[in-house]
Amino acid sequence: MYSINEIDEIISSHGNDQSSIIAILHDVQSKYNYIPEDCLEYISNKLDISPTKAFGIVTFYENFSLEPKGRYIIKICDGTACHVRKSTPILEALKKELKLTDGKKTTDDLMFTLETVSCLGACGLAPVITINDKVYGKMTPEHVVELLNSLKEEK
Amino acid sequence: MKGTMIIDGRKVEFENEQNVLEVVRKAGIDLPTFCYHSELSMYGACRMCIVEDNKGGIFASCSTLPKDGMEIFTNTPRIKKYRKNILELLLANHDRDCTTCVKTGNCKLQELSSRLCMDDVRFPNSMKEHDIDYSSLAIVRNPNKCILCGDCVRMCEEVQGVGALTFAYRGSKMKITPAFNRTISEVNCVDCGQCRAICPTGAITIKNQNDYFWELVNDKTKRVVAQIAPAVRVALGENFGLAPGTVTIGKIITALKYMGVESVFDTSFGADLTVMAESEEFLERLEKNENLPLFTSCCPAWVKYADNNFPDLEYNISSCKSPQQMFGSVLKKYYKELDKEDGKETVVISVIPCTAKKAEASKEEFITDGVRDVDLVITTQELAMLIKDAGLMFENLYDDSFDMPFGLSSGAGVIFGSSGGVAEAVLTRLMKQKPSVSDKEIIFNNVRGMKRVKEANFVLDGKEVKIAVVHGLKNASELVKQIQNVEKTYDIVEVMACPGGCIAGGGQPTPMDEEKRKKRASGLYSLNRTAQIKSSEENPLIRDLFQGLLKDDHEILHVQKNHN
Repeated sequence: MYSINEIDEIISSHGNDQSSIIAILHDVQSKYNYIPEDCLEYISNKLDISPTKAFGIVTFYENFSLEPKGRYIIKICDGTACHVRKSTPILEALKKELKLTDGKKTTDDLMFTLETVSCLGACGLAPVITINDKVYGKMTPEHVVELLNSLKEEK
Repeated sequence: MKGTMIIDGRKVEFENEQNVLEVVRKAGIDLPTFCYHSELSMYGACRMCIVEDNKGGIFASCSTLPKDGMEIFTNTPRIKKYRKNILELLLANHDRDCTTCVKTGNCKLQELSSRLCMDDVRFPNSMKEHDIDYSSLAIVRNPNKCILCGDCVRMCEEVQGVGALTFAYRGSKMKITPAFNRTISEVNCVDCGQCRAICPTGAITIKNQNDYFWELVNDKTKRVVAQIAPAVRVALGENFGLAPGTVTIGKIITALKYMGVESVFDTSFGADLTVMAESEEFLERLEKNENLPLFTSCCPAWVKYADNNFPDLEYNISSCKSPQQMFGSVLKKYYKELDKEDGKETVVISVIPCTAKKAEASKEEFITDGVRDVDLVITTQELAMLIKDAGLMFENLYDDSFDMPFGLSSGAGVIFGSSGGVAEAVLTRLMKQKPSVSDKEIIFNNVRGMKRVKEANFVLDGKEVKIAVVHGLKNASELVKQIQNVEKTYDIVEVMACPGGCIAGGGQPTPMDEEKRKKRASGLYSLNRTAQIKSSEENPLIRDLFQGLLKDDHEILHVQKNHN
């Protein structure tokens, strides 16, 4: 859950400025891993932007999410280098292990979110995944399952 | 800027044109467009207006400034090929089932496909099926017919200041939707229907209730009576090839009778009633000096907009019902006795230029003992469809006149359909009551026309009364803010949601532009000039009504709100 006080703090740290809406949404997104719908409405009212417009902004950028994301955000690279070094079997292994589909990106227990990205800029380590911004290179389907299991134990 | 351009080898002078497209059109070449409208901001999305310059560069003419010496070509084989490709791609992502689309025959996409000789679409249809939104009482939104020109988004935001629609997502997933993918009925839409009026395709259409019309007129237990709003009579003809502003009221009455309506009345009579009730209310407020300025309440889209955005104005907005609702309740009261005698149930249908009236008629405060004051609202467009459906040859119909006992209305009531009309009618009434007022003509000229905000002053009992007339909800919103900040003070403010007033309502024939609006308005003013009764209180039938049916019951002219 988010708190109104925290949201107010974020908004005022950007000087209650309409034109800072993207920066504000960034902060909200990184604090809660997603932007709750009613929170977005609150922010838009506060900044005197219509909720309709705010919705347009949030859905335009891939980084913003209106759905809650998991504690671990796994980004799997499917750029050219990773793709030719067989990123697809890794993606399939992750999906199978986490019981996710193309439409369903986050596990029911809100532990993991799986996203495909186009390039992580670490082609030398292909195929690459990141988990909460930590980079894991030269992945294999077996290795990635091990990694998942160790994360599950951590909790 | 001033200069000369060369268009397809011809010299064309330009002076104040905003963009190359306008210069091209001035030269007599109708470049196709979907997303360009001079009253909206530039968008440059549809790319239909592309032209080629003498270096082979291709650009959208709507978003390029004209330059002196510029040479362009509008119809080279290359440009024609590209333009056709663009249209083909639009069609590849479109529900092309034209035979079951209500917009068929009046659709820009269809028109341009025919103009550009589109005989084949080479790509498989990539359209993803979206749910059709039937939730609104005024409009239906079918995203499968949307070409993403954004006209509705800009109309709603820039002209109406509502912003109920937006572009969401991006790339191939982009779509037009209310916030959070809600339905229209769940958001701040005010039902004005301007999105529908500007939509080039069948993506936004009027909520059609013609089936219910046929059901009512074929029900032997029902007595169907109809009222026709002023703006309908100067626009309906456009659907039958007549010029905008042509008055066709006689034929409309005949058509309704042929289709099974027993009596046909004039909503202008309702407008006369409104003038009486509203002037009375104004004089009362002026005397007590409270709840001023008085905002008019005739326009349901404005009333809803004010409810949403300016709840503080609750007591400033006139408590009078709109002419439609006022007349509806009078008709219901009038037929009560007869209904008891012959066992029939009277139903009131109103024919109106407006989509918001559909929503207004279903509001709780306009339902008495479970019976609606107005049972069915059909727009000008729907009436045209009814007439065509019935196979009536409109141009051959004879001219009939309105039925008694509500068959007379004043010239003041007729101009309610145009921006400034309500103010002028109320003024006419107030001035008649206090003949000391002069300079009538000067005042009237101030409140007529298409200016965004119009102002007029007059003296009443030694007191200066200030009137403002505004149309377009964005303009209204700006004016209200100025009033709230005491930058401006008025005593009466007339607001109509649609640009130009009801003549350009969301239920009127499309497409419309400034020129058409002016012609429709002048149609109404010509009726005003030739009317034998000028002022609402001179209407003998209104006098009879106040001495008879409404003698002890002025209540039914006002909205009874429950204030908790």
